[in-house]
Amino acid sequence: MKGPETLRSRTISFFTEIGEISYFALRFFREVFRPPYEFRELIRQCYNIGNRSLLLVCVTGFILGLVFTLQSRPTLMEFGAESWMPSMVSISIVREIGPVIIALICAGRIGSGIGAELGSMRVTEQIDAMEVSGTNPFKYLVVTRIVATTLMLPLLIILGDTVALFGSAVVENLKGEVSYQLYFNEVFDALQYSDIIPATVKSFFFGFAIGLVGCFKGYNCSKGTVGVGEASNAAVVYTSMLLFIIDFIAVFVTDIFFEVQ
Amino acid sequence: MKEDRTIAPVLELRALKKSFGENQVLKGFDLQLHEGEILVVMGKSGSGKSVMIKCLVGLMQADEGVIRIKGRNITELGQTELDILRTEIGFLFQGSALYDSMTVRENLEFPLRHHKEKLNITETNEQLVLEALDNVGLVEAIDLMPAELSGGMKRRVALARALILKPRIILYDEPTTGLDPITSKEIINLMRSIQKKYRTSALIITHDVDCARVISDRIILLVDGVNYIEGTYQELIRSDDPKVQAFFKT
Repeated sequence: MKGPETLRSRTISFFTEIGEISYFALRFFREVFRPPYEFRELIRQCYNIGNRSLLLVCVTGFILGLVFTLQSRPTLMEFGAESWMPSMVSISIVREIGPVIIALICAGRIGSGIGAELGSMRVTEQIDAMEVSGTNPFKYLVVTRIVATTLMLPLLIILGDTVALFGSAVVENLKGEVSYQLYFNEVFDALQYSDIIPATVKSFFFGFAIGLVGCFKGYNCSKGTVGVGEASNAAVVYTSMLLFIIDFIAVFVTDIFFEVQ
Repeated sequence: MKEDRTIAPVLELRALKKSFGENQVLKGFDLQLHEGEILVVMGKSGSGKSVMIKCLVGLMQADEGVIRIKGRNITELGQTELDILRTEIGFLFQGSALYDSMTVRENLEFPLRHHKEKLNITETNEQLVLEALDNVGLVEAIDLMPAELSGGMKRRVALARALILKPRIILYDEPTTGLDPITSKEIINLMRSIQKKYRTSALIITHDVDCARVISDRIILLVDGVNYIEGTYQELIRSDDPKVQAFFKT
């Protein structure tokens, strides 16, 4: 009887958590448009989330473009199709690989950071102290962080995609003697609005998911320092799963609106 | 300190009950704090002191009972009204609860951001911060981060933050816990001087008998979630009750 009982309790806790996170998201939408607005904190969070992720995103993007091109090159050469390299790489990176990889990297860096920061604020009673001082900690801590991740993720993804294409161009230039100008002409010829717009739109959702889950886990942290570690870890795991679900839905919806071939 | 018991208490708890699952922590606790009074609530660890003080400021929801602050039942207030009422209460947390990412100055300015206009405070933030830090003797720490402060300094900065909106009631949750005896004495003296200067009412939650002896006007002993005995320090140490004796002897 232990097996079914465990399954039952896990199912209940899974749906309870879905309900709690939905309520948390609902509270965010209720608070985000209601004054007072915490602009200074929002800008500080945008700086923390955006500026401090630049190096990580650039390095990841560059290596992504580099490796992707190096790995694809022999196969394309086998069919004498090296000239397709810029269009293949650019469409793959802009539509799918770039946003997903950069979002996963940001889930690790930003999501876990938010989870740990808010978690430690919760267990050291800093959030309670804000509440007692008559300030709304949800608005100050949660709303600003979710808005900041939602705004910053698309910018980081655009930057990551650009650096990845540059990495790819470097390989093509060194190995295939293709000039940078020719490479990027091919890239811009290949890319359509139907590649760029859906990818950009879904990156807002990626940012929202990273902020929402990180804040949810941290804000509701308990069990002392162990809880902080758990919140940080769970923020990354849950966000990663959520990113793939959002990506699946985004591809499905894009297929309807843009009729991807 | 002789307070006028004919005037309504500034803070009142009646039949407060709170449970966590099967564990009933508060089983009908009563308390009245009068204007200018220093009331100490003592009890063993896990007796429900911190739960009681958190229910009092709305950080936890009581299962049953009445909580009145300045005559207003806080369970009937909306969030905005509760936030305004909270500006009349200073709260010193057990672990100080300073905001890690902010300097001492920013920690003290934080409560001023939304309430300065509402409370018609005319002084500048700088004046208020300096006055609060001067009260606790830490003006030189104004631009330090909490990580750069010692335990005693953190507690004093937290006290300064609790005073910044000039509250009428101050709640102290274990103000001397985790401090060495000398620093504990400094904090207790500071609490006394602040009470004299601003004529505030204070509710102190502690298991530090020394603290209760020095500062209290009245003591309530909380045992098993209810008021076990109430009186002045002198009255309680003369009590023959074994539970009271055991507590004060330790």
